[in-house]
Amino acid sequence: MSNLVEIRNLKFAYGERPILSDLQMDFPRGKVVAVMGGSGSGKTTILRLIGGLLTAQAGSITIDGTVVDTHDTDGLYKLRRRMGVLFQNGALFTDLSVFDNVAFPIREHSDLPESLIRDMVLMKLQAVGLRNAAYLKPTEVSGGMARRVALARAIALDPQLIMYDEPFAGLDPISMGVTANLIRNLNDALGSTSILVSHDVDESFSIADYVYFLSSGKIVAQGTPDEMRASTDPYVKQFVNAEADGPVPFHYPGKSLADDLGIGEKVRAAL
Amino acid sequence: MINAIGSLGYSLRMWLTNLGYATRMFVRMLGLSFGLLRRPRLITDQIHFIGNYSLVIIAVSGLFVGFVLGLQGYYTLNKYGSEQALGLLVALSLTRELGPVVTALLFAGRAGTSLTAEIGLMKAGEQLAAMEMMAVNPLQRVIAPRFWAGVISMPILAAIFSAVGVVGGYIVGVRMIGVDEGAFWSQMQGGVDVVKDVMNGVLKSVVFGFAVTFIALFQGYESQPTPEGVSRATTRTVVIASLTVLGLDFLLTALMFN
Amino acid sequence: MQKKSLDVWVGMFVLLGAAALLFLALKAGNMSSFSFNPTYQVTGKFDNIGGLKPQAPVKSAGVVVGRVADIRFDDKTFQANVILNLDSSFQFPKDSSLKILTSGLLGEQYIGISPGGDVKNLANGDKISSTQSAVVLEDLISQFLYSKAADSGGNNNNGSNNGSSSGGK
Repeated sequence: MSNLVEIRNLKFAYGERPILSDLQMDFPRGKVVAVMGGSGSGKTTILRLIGGLLTAQAGSITIDGTVVDTHDTDGLYKLRRRMGVLFQNGALFTDLSVFDNVAFPIREHSDLPESLIRDMVLMKLQAVGLRNAAYLKPTEVSGGMARRVALARAIALDPQLIMYDEPFAGLDPISMGVTANLIRNLNDALGSTSILVSHDVDESFSIADYVYFLSSGKIVAQGTPDEMRASTDPYVKQFVNAEADGPVPFHYPGKSLADDLGIGEKVRAAL
Repeated sequence: MINAIGSLGYSLRMWLTNLGYATRMFVRMLGLSFGLLRRPRLITDQIHFIGNYSLVIIAVSGLFVGFVLGLQGYYTLNKYGSEQALGLLVALSLTRELGPVVTALLFAGRAGTSLTAEIGLMKAGEQLAAMEMMAVNPLQRVIAPRFWAGVISMPILAAIFSAVGVVGGYIVGVRMIGVDEGAFWSQMQGGVDVVKDVMNGVLKSVVFGFAVTFIALFQGYESQPTPEGVSRATTRTVVIASLTVLGLDFLLTALMFN
Repeated sequence: MQKKSLDVWVGMFVLLGAAALLFLALKAGNMSSFSFNPTYQVTGKFDNIGGLKPQAPVKSAGVVVGRVADIRFDDKTFQANVILNLDSSFQFPKDSSLKILTSGLLGEQYIGISPGGDVKNLANGDKISSTQSAVVLEDLISQFLYSKAADSGGNNNNGSNNGSSSGGK
C-alpha cells in the first residue's frame, strides 16, 4: 500500500460544535505532507485523531493497514510505539534532564542496557545539534532548543510516522530554517512519513511534498506546493499571499458597524 | 422556581457523572498498579516528595496539639480530681481521633494541593498527552505511584503525629504542670489498647490516605489547563478532601468504637 | 534521576514511622501486657455475670494471670458459661474458685481466681464448680429494703407480743 495513513469520511465534533466533516486524506509513505489552514480550522484535531487522543464520531483512520480504534487500548499503544509526536510547546518532562527526556521512550519500551541507551540518546541529540546540552534541565534551555529536544525525543525509537504540531510557531528565522531542514532530513534518513501541521507558508512549502488546505473543517485545496502557489482558488490565494481579507473574513461575524453605532436605519435609508 | 429545580437536577447529574467517572478511573488505576511492582523506585521517589516533605509540619503540629491537650486536659480533669488520668486522655485523643484526622487535614493542605497543582500543570503543558503518544499510560506512570506513595505516607505521618503529641502532652503535663510521671504513663498503658486504639487509628489513616490522595490526583487530572483552572482545582482538593475526611471519620468511628 | 540519595531519605522516613508506631504500642498502649504465651482453657458457670466482657482480665492476688475468652449462655441450666484462657506458666489447684469482682467502685468487672487446696492442678478443659456471681445493684437494694422491712416487721411483732409471752428472745 502506498499510503501509510488513510483518512476516510471522518466526522468529528466537540459536543454540538462540528469541527471536521467528511474528511478524505492520504499520506503517502516516505513523504512530508503539510496540513495548513487558519487558526481553528481543525488541523491539530486531525493529528490528535490520528494519534488516538480523540475519538471520531464517524469515519475511519488507517495506519499501515491497521484501523485506529480508541477503545482497543493495547492495539492503540502498539500503534503509538511506531509514532513520534512533536507537540507545539515541546511538552518536555520538566522534572527530567534533556538526556532523560530523550531516553524516556527508549527506557520505557526496551530493556537495553544503560550504556547502549546512552549512545543512542547522544546520537539523537547530535542529529538535532544539542549533544552538548544533554545534562541541562528543560527550564535551562531556550524555547527553540526545547523544541529540538522534543524532536529528538520524538524520533528516539525511529518511528514510521512523525507528526509535527506547529513546529515553527514562535521561532526566530534561524531556528525556523534549522527546524525545517531537520524535519526534511530526518524524514528522508529514517525513511519515515511526516505530517506537518503549520500555518507558516514559506517554511512548509520549502520542505513539503504535498499540501492540504483546511478551512472550517473541510479541505478547500490540495496539491504540491508549486500547484498551491499557482492556484487561483481565492482561499489559497489569500493564505499564500497573506491577504487580510478574503474568503476568511477579517471581522468576527455579527452586526454591522452602522447598527452597532445606532445609525443603521439612517445608513440604509441613504443607500 | 422551575429554573432552580432544573439547575439543581443538572448539578446533581453532573455530580453523579463525576463520581462515576472518578470511580472508573480509580478502578483502572488499581488494575494498572500491579505493573508498578516491577518499578518500585517510582513509588519510593514519590514517598520522598509527599512524605518526607510533610514531616516537619506534621511533627511540629503534633507537638503543639500535644501541648494543648496537656494544658486543656489538665484544667478540665482537675475539676473532677482526675488529673492523674491526663496521660490516658492525651493518648486516647491522639491515637483514636486527632492523629489520623488532623494529619489527614494537614496532608490535604500540604501534599494534596501540591499533587493537584503538579498534575494540573503537567496536563496543561501537554506532558500527559505526550506520554500517552509515547505509548506510556500516564495513569500507571504518573498517577498510580503518587497514589500509593500517599497511601503509604499517611499512616506513617499519623503515627508520628500521635507519638510526638504524646511526648508533647508529657512535657506540658508532667514537666511543666507537675502531674505525677508514674501515673501519667501507667494510666495510659492501662487504658490504651494496642488493637482497639492504636491499630484502629492506623486503619483510619490508611482509609484517609486512600481518599485524600486520590481526590488530589483526580482534581489535578480533571483541571482546566489554565491558571484559574489549576487554582480552582487546588481549592476543590482541600475542600472536598477535608469534608470527606471528616465524614469518613464519623463513619469509621461509629463502626470501630461500638 | 537521583538514584541513591532519595532512597536513603525514604528509608529513614519509613523507619521513623515504624519507631513512632512502636512507641505508641509499647509506651502508650498495653502491649507489654499483651502476651503471646501459651494458654490453657477452663470454664466456669455463673448465675449472673453482671457486666463481664470478653477480653476482661482474670486476676489472682491482683495480678493478671489470664483473660476471658468467651461468654456463652447455656439454655439447659439457664446459666452463663464463661470460658477462660489462663497463662500456662501459672498452675491452679482443681478446687480453685471464681468470683466476679469490680475494679474500683464503678469500674470494669473482672474475674478473680482464688486457689483452693487440692494437690492436683487444673488442666485444659476442666470445669470450675465453685463460682460466685456478680453483685447486681438492684438485687442489693431489694435485699436491703427487704431486710429493713423484716427488721421493722419483727419489732412490731415483738412489741405486740410483749403482753402475751416473754419468750422467744
